[in-house]
Amino acid sequence: MDAELSIRDEARMIASILAGDREQYHELIRPYERSVYKMALSFMKNESDAEDVAQEAFLKAFRKLADFRGQAKFSTWLISITLNEARGRLRRQSIVRMESLDESPEEGGHISPALLRDWREIPSEALERQEIRQMLQDAIANLSPLYREVLLLRDVEEFSIEETATALAITTGTVKVRLHRARMMMQKELAPKLKNAGPRRRWFQWS
Amino acid sequence: MVIECKHVWDYISGYLDDSLPPETRELVQRHLEHCQICSAILDSTRNIMVLTADDQVFELPVGFSERLHARLSEEMNSVLPRPSEDPR
Repeated sequence: MDAELSIRDEARMIASILAGDREQYHELIRPYERSVYKMALSFMKNESDAEDVAQEAFLKAFRKLADFRGQAKFSTWLISITLNEARGRLRRQSIVRMESLDESPEEGGHISPALLRDWREIPSEALERQEIRQMLQDAIANLSPLYREVLLLRDVEEFSIEETATALAITTGTVKVRLHRARMMMQKELAPKLKNAGPRRRWFQWS
Repeated sequence: MVIECKHVWDYISGYLDDSLPPETRELVQRHLEHCQICSAILDSTRNIMVLTADDQVFELPVGFSERLHARLSEEMNSVLPRPSEDPR
């Protein structure tokens, strides 16, 4: 779909919702259900809390729709609302306080990646396997919140560095530093596991 | 100028985002051409990023969409979207 057309369409949809055609809101958010849910799930770590956070985020976005000025994409704005909703929920559950105790300071140590002699591409088809999906979900969920937020926005939601910085109210320099560390942690955690979890037949031949 | 593996590791994320200054990129590039280990680290990191971005990783629970829209219908009728009272 033409990107500009879709931006214009959303602006028009938002205008008509604000003018009273509330039903259009259902159509406006349909493309973003998955994005909002995965953002929520990565924070909440269980499906029912995640679903709750996602529903609250969509409701909050509806209530605040008049505040949306089109300065960002609607999707970016919506994800920021989801992020805040998830953070607020965690704060209330005081998980953040516990997690932040073992958070490594940003300038602290250098993260060494998992050393490999070679890497055979793991194709997206591998994600048809539940164990592989679970491995990725767990690796994201186990990052500490500072790194998880950046990785989710940039690598899962595919925000730009600038959009990530805006959503988190941090500088682009900080985004880059945290992102680097988050990606290295993911590589360190996942590369050895994925390497051993390749399709049996092929790995048997190559090992 | 030649750089060591552990310095290359600091640039992997920037290299993948293509956000390194040209001269640094050049140094990293040259190192990667002859270093099997750093190339494997780069390839695995890139591969993991591609998998992480894949929509299949996070599946929507069955009935998610139906429940969401039902709740929206229920609550949208009781509120009107309006500018917040105290804009922050």
